[in-house]
Amino acid sequence: MRKDKVFKIILLLSGFLIVALLSGIFLSLVFSSIPSIKEFGINFLFSKDWDPVNNKFGALPFLIGTLLTSVISLLISIPFSLSISIFLSEILKNKLISNIFQTFVELIAGIPSVIVGLWGLFILAPFMRTLQLKLGIQPIGVGIFTASIILSIMIIPYSASIGKEVISMVPTEVKEGAISLGATEFETLKSVTLPFSFNGIFAGFLLSFGRAFGETMAVTMVIGNSNKIPDSIFSPGQTMASLIANEFTEATTKLYTSSLIEIGLILFIVSMLINILGRLIIRRFKF
Amino acid sequence: MKKFLLSLILVGLIFSSLFIFYGCKEEEKEVELLGAGATFPQPLYDKWFSVYYTKTNNKVKVNYQGIGSGGGIQQLTERVVDFGATDAFMSDEELKSAPAEIVHIPTALGAVVVTYNLPNNPKLKFTGEMIANIFMGNITKWNDQKIKELNPDINLPDLSITVVHRSDGSGTTYAFSDYLTKVSSSWKKEIGTGKSLNWKVGLGGKGNAGVAGIVQQTQGAIGYVELIYAEQNNMPYGLVKNKSGNFIEPTLDSVTKAANVTIPNDTRVSIVNTDNPEGYPISTFTWIIVYKEQNYGGRDLNRAKAIVELLKWINSDAQDYNEELLYAKIPDAVKKINEENINSITFSGKPIE
Repeated sequence: MRKDKVFKIILLLSGFLIVALLSGIFLSLVFSSIPSIKEFGINFLFSKDWDPVNNKFGALPFLIGTLLTSVISLLISIPFSLSISIFLSEILKNKLISNIFQTFVELIAGIPSVIVGLWGLFILAPFMRTLQLKLGIQPIGVGIFTASIILSIMIIPYSASIGKEVISMVPTEVKEGAISLGATEFETLKSVTLPFSFNGIFAGFLLSFGRAFGETMAVTMVIGNSNKIPDSIFSPGQTMASLIANEFTEATTKLYTSSLIEIGLILFIVSMLINILGRLIIRRFKF
Repeated sequence: MKKFLLSLILVGLIFSSLFIFYGCKEEEKEVELLGAGATFPQPLYDKWFSVYYTKTNNKVKVNYQGIGSGGGIQQLTERVVDFGATDAFMSDEELKSAPAEIVHIPTALGAVVVTYNLPNNPKLKFTGEMIANIFMGNITKWNDQKIKELNPDINLPDLSITVVHRSDGSGTTYAFSDYLTKVSSSWKKEIGTGKSLNWKVGLGGKGNAGVAGIVQQTQGAIGYVELIYAEQNNMPYGLVKNKSGNFIEPTLDSVTKAANVTIPNDTRVSIVNTDNPEGYPISTFTWIIVYKEQNYGGRDLNRAKAIVELLKWINSDAQDYNEELLYAKIPDAVKKINEENINSITFSGKPIE
């Protein structure tokens, strides 16, 4: 009896520890960004100046850079991850082969991001340079678009796995019903299976979007790290995460550090919201 | 059996004597000094401190962590290290926020070179004003009239210039912008001096390696890196016109000469745009910083002595290792100032023997 109680207390404490940790991180971010919030207020979000020499800071270029890269990468990833999840759950009937494929997809998620970044810098960037030469743009290779391609490769496994799971959860009777009414395999997929699992697939995309939002290392290596608002998708840019990775170590003045932490706070809040939203949708889907 | 026992005892004796011996050594005060700061001189410092360890019969061990100049200043201010290292001298404001007086000791010199990627990589000549205009985006083509005038013998291509700068805060950027601020009024007004800048154009690369990588991959790119880094990677770099009007190639010699000017006693001075007619204009000191009064935070005299001895060695014999690692030596005049500054270090107000 007593052992049971001790056990429960330990579990309870561990649970609380997680909650405390998350709130602790949040609170310390808030406290450390107070100087910057005081100085710039809401304008921090709308100012495009990032001038460490004159202590003027604004987050707009990085907000735009982050949104651009994560939205473009999501758009690139959607056709691929959707096809992969349909292929693995509906088309490939052989369990063994399907499992092998799934393992490979998940292995992509396990590649350390610095390695994906290196690949992007040495293989993808030169390729983009030839492409840009043909398009008549200044051939710099790295930039928003290159970073988006790299990100899309990194997030495909997430949305594909979740997509596969939710598509497999569509009850067989429903699908059989459609087929018995004379629908072809494609029609069943289009008008029964996909609408049925739409929420789950959407949540998968949302979670992978959240992943793209906060990715740091690989992006830093291929985005071109320019603190300006990009004027085309081939321009160099900067995301919130890559800015922090780049500048935090040598940020010497208080306001500079505090502004970088405020960027971290924004990143934290937005990723949190995306994650919560994705999870809510998945939960509703699971009845 | 007896033989076995005997050998066992023998082995036991040998081991215990070893332990006693080791224990004795332990009592002959070993000192472990802790330093942190700039990454630029780290290869040199690592070499020095490993030589010094052997030289002192394994008695003085120095642990150096390359965490960046800002971190070095911060850790010394918080008194968690015995010495800090920095590529930019501490500002008056930083000195004021430190708990006690700090001494700056220049240990070596570095230089920032302008590197580029052009067909056949010719040796180009630059003026400070021209570099400023290129890095502000005012000169956008390699065959611009201004570049052509300075380099009449070189066939410059009709190629767009891609500017590459450091994306991380760095002492290299500081030295580079410090120079441009001194020679170009428009640079001074629009950009200024700092470890991170508000760049108008260009791409950012992380670290010397990041900048070098982009420059080497991109035709028509121009960037700035440490001289050592360009040397080691066989990158082309240009000559820069100095104050006296001479075009100077960055070499260890011309960098040392750049520091051969009048230096104030606290050595907190920028030597970019040097007055020396043979000096390379984008040269900089790198400093070790220590507290003048060494009796703080429960430190003993032994530790204070160790650090003074180390600094004296760095200011003399250690300089012989600089050039093989491609760092420029500090000139004799600066050594003399250093000597005075090292001798001014005290323990409880008394000079350290």
